[in-house]
Amino acid sequence: MIHIAALIAASLALTDGTRAQALVSYNIVGDGIPESLTGAPGDAARGRALVLDRSTTCILCHSGPFPETRFQGDLAPDLTGAGNRWSTSQLRLRLVDASRFNRETIMPSYYRNDGLVRVGRNLAGKPILSPSQIEDIVAYLATLRD
Amino acid sequence: MSVARTIIAAMLLVAAPALLAGEIPQDARHSGYSFMGPDTRAMQDDDTSNPGMLFVLDGEALWKTRSGSAGRACADCHGDARESMKGVAARYPAFDKALGRPVTLDQRINLCRANHQQATPLSHESRDLLALSAFVAHQSRGVAITAGDDPQLKPFVEQGRALFVQRQGQLNLACTNCHDDNYDKHLAGAPVTQGQPTGYPLYRLEWQTLGSLERRLRSCMSGVRAQAFDYGAPELVALELYLMARARGMPMESPAVRP
Repeated sequence: MIHIAALIAASLALTDGTRAQALVSYNIVGDGIPESLTGAPGDAARGRALVLDRSTTCILCHSGPFPETRFQGDLAPDLTGAGNRWSTSQLRLRLVDASRFNRETIMPSYYRNDGLVRVGRNLAGKPILSPSQIEDIVAYLATLRD
Repeated sequence: MSVARTIIAAMLLVAAPALLAGEIPQDARHSGYSFMGPDTRAMQDDDTSNPGMLFVLDGEALWKTRSGSAGRACADCHGDARESMKGVAARYPAFDKALGRPVTLDQRINLCRANHQQATPLSHESRDLLALSAFVAHQSRGVAITAGDDPQLKPFVEQGRALFVQRQGQLNLACTNCHDDNYDKHLAGAPVTQGQPTGYPLYRLEWQTLGSLERRLRSCMSGVRAQAFDYGAPELVALELYLMARARGMPMESPAVRP
């Protein structure tokens, strides 16, 4: 079954006058997004650096095989073995919009720009991560095998 | 305890608001103090090492200093703060009849300056405003929080609760997601805490200064990448009121020390 997520929101005018950034469209197949958001595979080494960078927020809630940092969260599952548990297609959809699997989840939707309340003025209309950042992180998480 | 006191205590228990879904029961409420390490606790416990006490001392001097064109000091109307201000901070934000809405302790100090001292308002997070509010709040140290008990405040407490449970910001998180549901966990290695506002204004080591609850709330809002409410905004006051009402019965610690 193929859902077409129509996420091209270029014409969506926001209340504060800014416009939502156009997101690239993607196809959800089953419980994942099989195709890369950029059309190319991500870079796992860049992905690891992104996961460890607090500004992407991953490390605030998750822990993982990162011996170099003490500052890891325990609000969310340890990322060790994530590549065994999920396919790249599943990892991609979990990053893009985890709320599809659980509406109550505290995991933000990293590639979404609608249905949000009181977003900071300078961030309105923008997704948390770019398509290439998502792909880099997906590529890295896929390498996390026990 | 006298008979009258027993009756009043019983009435207060009956009047205590019922717990809403997801709220932390009274016996499970913990101050941020209990989430800190021994060094930070020791810093708060010893008045000679608690940096907030320097603000309290400054506030005591300001309390007695004449200000504004009326040439009056706080003490000229309120007398000895040890008597007149005991327990006051524990019931703030309080309903202001003239404005028809709750005001924070900082706003009350500025209303007093405007109406009774004919003085200019002190700006948010300024040394003098923090010193005065720390001095006043210090008089409530150990006093149980009763903010929100005034029935006139009910709609504002409800407004604050609605904001507390509303997801917001680019990260799409509500206060309740962390501070009701995950206070036993760690965010990037730091304890999450219940967000009980028992010690404001408080000295935060991260800030290297004293700060108000409004400053803390605005910083949390920026953390979830939301547009923070302005200082003194009715929404921020309602949130502060709800948090104080949520901490009902907990002892005040002002000025607290936090990491």
